Amino acid sequence: MLPLFEYTKGMREEHTSYCPGCTHGIAHRLIMEALCERGELGRAIGVVPIGCSIVAHNYMNVDMCESMHGRAPAIASGIKRVHPDNIVFTYQGDGDLASIGTGEIIHAAHRGENFTTFFINNAVYGMTGGQMAPTTLIGQKTTTTAGGRSEAANGKPLRMAEIIATIESAAFVERVSLDSPANVRKAKKATLRALETQKAGVGFSFVEFLSTCPTNWGLSPIASLEWLRTDMIPYYPLGNFKTKEIGR
Amino acid sequence: MPQIFVKIDAEKCKGCNLCVEACPKKILSSGRDARNKYGYRAVTANGSEDCTGCLNCALMCPDGAIAVYKRQ
Ligand SMILES: Cc1ncc(C[n+]2csc(CCOP(=O)(O)OP(=O)(O)O)c2C)c(N)n1
Ligand code: SF4
Ligand code: SF4
Repeated sequence: MLPLFEYTKGMREEHTSYCPGCTHGIAHRLIMEALCERGELGRAIGVVPIGCSIVAHNYMNVDMCESMHGRAPAIASGIKRVHPDNIVFTYQGDGDLASIGTGEIIHAAHRGENFTTFFINNAVYGMTGGQMAPTTLIGQKTTTTAGGRSEAANGKPLRMAEIIATIESAAFVERVSLDSPANVRKAKKATLRALETQKAGVGFSFVEFLSTCPTNWGLSPIASLEWLRTDMIPYYPLGNFKTKEIGR
Repeated sequence: MPQIFVKIDAEKCKGCNLCVEACPKKILSSGRDARNKYGYRAVTANGSEDCTGCLNCALMCPDGAIAVYKRQ
């Protein structure tokens, strides 16, 4: 019997605490598949955030470190400087990275720290019950914007990939989406290229994943993928924003 | 006997149906059987010859509940 697809050894055989249909699980798998394929599982070190994925260290089969809210980039900077030959990454939600931790991520990119950040943008604070995030869309109802986010009161959502791409020392920046098999395949490619950028020592690499939160969006898992496509992608365009040449 | 088959781990499946939606050949259906130990009804694969091994179901599963094999 020839396996065409088996769950990656990069994920532990654990039942995750993520809600049914939450695409955090797809993002986890892609990152671990990429590390596994590159033979980096035994040498990768991850830093997990505060948010639903605070428990990612129970699922990702690599060495991992917890961080305070938004501070994963500072911890990853330290780990990478002490262990320059190991692959180091952070995995962060939009409440973590684009709100309380905005300064941390901007300055990690600014210093050109040679690690990779996987940013999970689900347009809401998931873990704490669906409050508005800086990435919440105009008109989107959350527990703190009951009538929908308004531009007058809350401004317009932050586009983190575009912001990071303007920073000179950022080497690789791409936004991908987890809404369909074709986009999941592209997300895997971006993940691999980010890791290659780090491996080659070119500088800071950043992949933004558009992801779902069916529970706090109040939609079924399938309707959530649809909302991601019809509402999120038009505001958060997919694609590569920056690729510095990997020197040979 | 179908050459390619989809194996569902009923204990890992959370019944989100993302795989059911992703399958172009409608090989998978929402679970109607008993609940697993976490309370979810796992999807089932109908074992049809139509499966092309496109892997769409496995790519969309957030919970590692799907493996796809080819008979040799
Ligand atoms: C210093 C501090 N402030 C606030 C919180 C509460 N808190 C926990 S998770 C979270 C936001 C999580 O949202 P996000 O980063 O989008 O991740 P998700 O849960 O959606 O994956 C907040 C505000 C905290 N734990 N620590
Ligand atoms: S609350 Fe949202 S982000 Fe958190 S596990 Fe559930 S669906 Fe996923
Ligand atoms: S995608 Fe995975 S968890 Fe969801 S119904 Fe299919 S097998 Fe179950």
